[in-house]
Amino acid sequence: MSFLEYAPAPESRAIVKLRPSYGLFIDGSWVDGHGEPFSTISPASEERLAEIATADEHDVDLAVAAARRAYDRTWSRLSGADRGKYLFRIARLVQERARELAVAESLDNGKPIKESRDVDVPLVAAWFFYYAGWADKLDYAGLGANPRALGVAAQVIPWNFPLMMLAWKIAPALAAGNTVVLKPAETTPLTALLFAEIVQQADLPAGVVNIVTGAGGTGQALVRHPGVDKVAFTGSTAVGREIAKTVAGTHKKVTLELGGKAANIVFDDAPIDQAIEGIVNGIFFNQGHVCCAGSRLLVQENVHAEVVDRLKQRLTTLRMGDPLDKNTDIGAINSREQLDRIRSLSDIGEQEGAERWSAPCEIPENGFWFAPTIFDNVSTSSTIAREEVFGPVLSVLTFRTPAEAIAKANNTPYGLSAGIWTDKGSKILAVADKLRAGVIWANTFNRFDPSSPFGGYKESGYGREGGRHGLAGYLKAGN
Amino acid sequence: MADRLSIPKTYKLAIGGAFPRSESGRTYEVVTPKGAFLANAALASRKDARDAVVAARAAFSGWAGATAYNRGQVLYRIAEVLEGRRAQFADEIRASEGATALQAAAQVDAAIDLWVWYAGWTDKFTQVAGSGNPVAGPYFNLSVPEPTGVVAIVAPQEPKGASLLGLVATVAPALVAGNTVVVVADRAHPLSAISLAEVLATSDVPGGVVNVLTGSPAEIAPWLAAHADVNALDLSGAGALDWVDLEIAAADTLKRIVSPEPGVPSRSLQRILAFTETKTVWHTKSLL
Repeated sequence: MSFLEYAPAPESRAIVKLRPSYGLFIDGSWVDGHGEPFSTISPASEERLAEIATADEHDVDLAVAAARRAYDRTWSRLSGADRGKYLFRIARLVQERARELAVAESLDNGKPIKESRDVDVPLVAAWFFYYAGWADKLDYAGLGANPRALGVAAQVIPWNFPLMMLAWKIAPALAAGNTVVLKPAETTPLTALLFAEIVQQADLPAGVVNIVTGAGGTGQALVRHPGVDKVAFTGSTAVGREIAKTVAGTHKKVTLELGGKAANIVFDDAPIDQAIEGIVNGIFFNQGHVCCAGSRLLVQENVHAEVVDRLKQRLTTLRMGDPLDKNTDIGAINSREQLDRIRSLSDIGEQEGAERWSAPCEIPENGFWFAPTIFDNVSTSSTIAREEVFGPVLSVLTFRTPAEAIAKANNTPYGLSAGIWTDKGSKILAVADKLRAGVIWANTFNRFDPSSPFGGYKESGYGREGGRHGLAGYLKAGN
Repeated sequence: MADRLSIPKTYKLAIGGAFPRSESGRTYEVVTPKGAFLANAALASRKDARDAVVAARAAFSGWAGATAYNRGQVLYRIAEVLEGRRAQFADEIRASEGATALQAAAQVDAAIDLWVWYAGWTDKFTQVAGSGNPVAGPYFNLSVPEPTGVVAIVAPQEPKGASLLGLVATVAPALVAGNTVVVVADRAHPLSAISLAEVLATSDVPGGVVNVLTGSPAEIAPWLAAHADVNALDLSGAGALDWVDLEIAAADTLKRIVSPEPGVPSRSLQRILAFTETKTVWHTKSLL
């Protein structure tokens, strides 16, 4: 046994009691879906976890009608203070059931338990706690006195941070006084369905939160529904475009959090130890299934060799495997479809001349896995420098001057996030000014907080989530 | 003694600080409400629109990078120069809109006052719309609004009262944060727009910051809506066009959109913020 070998330390699954099948959560109760049900599986083992209902257009219609009734009769008549109390209750219930939610998330999504336990679920509770306090302070949201809720919010979320994305959507919507119909991603519906139980435990009025499951068709029906006043979507830029077209000409207010191709810029005066950890966290956190992932490493030429060598050393120590094992660093790729995409883009990267290196790790027999991979000597026009891979794949490019770093960083239709590594504060400020991206991390990466606005420039979408800005996205000016 | 023979002005486009004719060689007649000839205005083409976007993009980093104080002074300077040309603008509005002398003067005055209102915002909207964020960790975290980029505008197309004021009500707010602009002027009353471009050219506004196209919004707007180097689309004056199609075209590059509204848009901070992006920066604090 070398010092890097550990005995297995799996988190117990006993804390999660899944039902064999789940219906839709509409108007405060569980109902059958009228579409074809599907299975949700563990991407780490391909084990079937539960059968999930599909909401068809009729079901979506019922959910929107329930949300409208709840808005008209209950939620919009409640005081802000009472809305806040419900949200505080939810925050506490999330904390009470934190371990259960973390295990369920890792089972369904494939992410390491240390991430679901230490990042995802704590942020879910924090998000509800933060927005709970806003509910009776809407006059300070930046829209003048007596701002009004929009009405019914249609929310469609991705599979990379299933419960966290739910919290980013539902918490500000309810605080502002809207009711919601939320559709989780088809590969990761479980924690949203557990959240429906929390909604019941919090005794939230029926219809304020409705959860409809299904694939793209369900999401489309929801976004298109004429009874919806707000559309909030997190996902790919391609789907975001379609949504923007769908809502054109309607009264619907829209927030889109789409793809990214973030530059993580490492200057030669950077604290290299921290930078290495930051690069690893930037692209290999959550298997790289992160829209703001630092997928393009821009490293100053004179430290390029050192940085790449040390990165490889560091990646060699990462442990890939059972997401429920507390020592696991890299979990499973979320789906076969995503794995195929990562493989095909990586093959293209190789064909286009970049040098491929993958961490030596044992790939489990079942499930979907992709070893942490670095492409060196990537050119700016290379496919893997331009397209979002959404996997544990890092493209390395070099630069000589800050101006070149900035030009390369901005050379993308995306503009979600960026990283800057240098010990020189004035350089951080000057470079941050020039980067066309919505979130910039200086000497850190992939930090999130409910008080901190998050969202993109350019084709990474519009609107912000988090902070006062995120609240304003669910309000309109009063009369 | 006979009256002095006047010298009519050739009304041209304004692109990148110059005043070119349409590359297409086309013009259209601008007439009074009663149909009398006033001028031949340039009928801008797709190529003119593209040239204007190139000029606006080239001017963006300079205008966005200018200090807020400097932008404020330049915008205020526009009001100063306009003030000295009140008579010229009033004459053009009277002839073109058929307005009374009183109405025309009132429109010019309102437009000048509106410039002053927006000029004062350049170094304030950041404080009002930005925030310091109390994140749970050792970070100094702040959010500031920044300009979106190149904004394409269809100016209000009203029968009366908007040929100058409608233009100012849409162009000025886009300039506050540091965006650059391609504006399609009021088709029927384009004289104020070209004269305004002459004011901008003599008010320290860098070339390319405001590019003015005259002609048919229905012809030009689709090219601007679909142009990949345009970041935002203000359709305030596009109510009579197929504006839903324009929004659909704009969705291909996820442009920020302001939907049509009748009349002259009222002044608001929201109009400034419609063309901004919030940037949030996390600065690590060292552990002492």
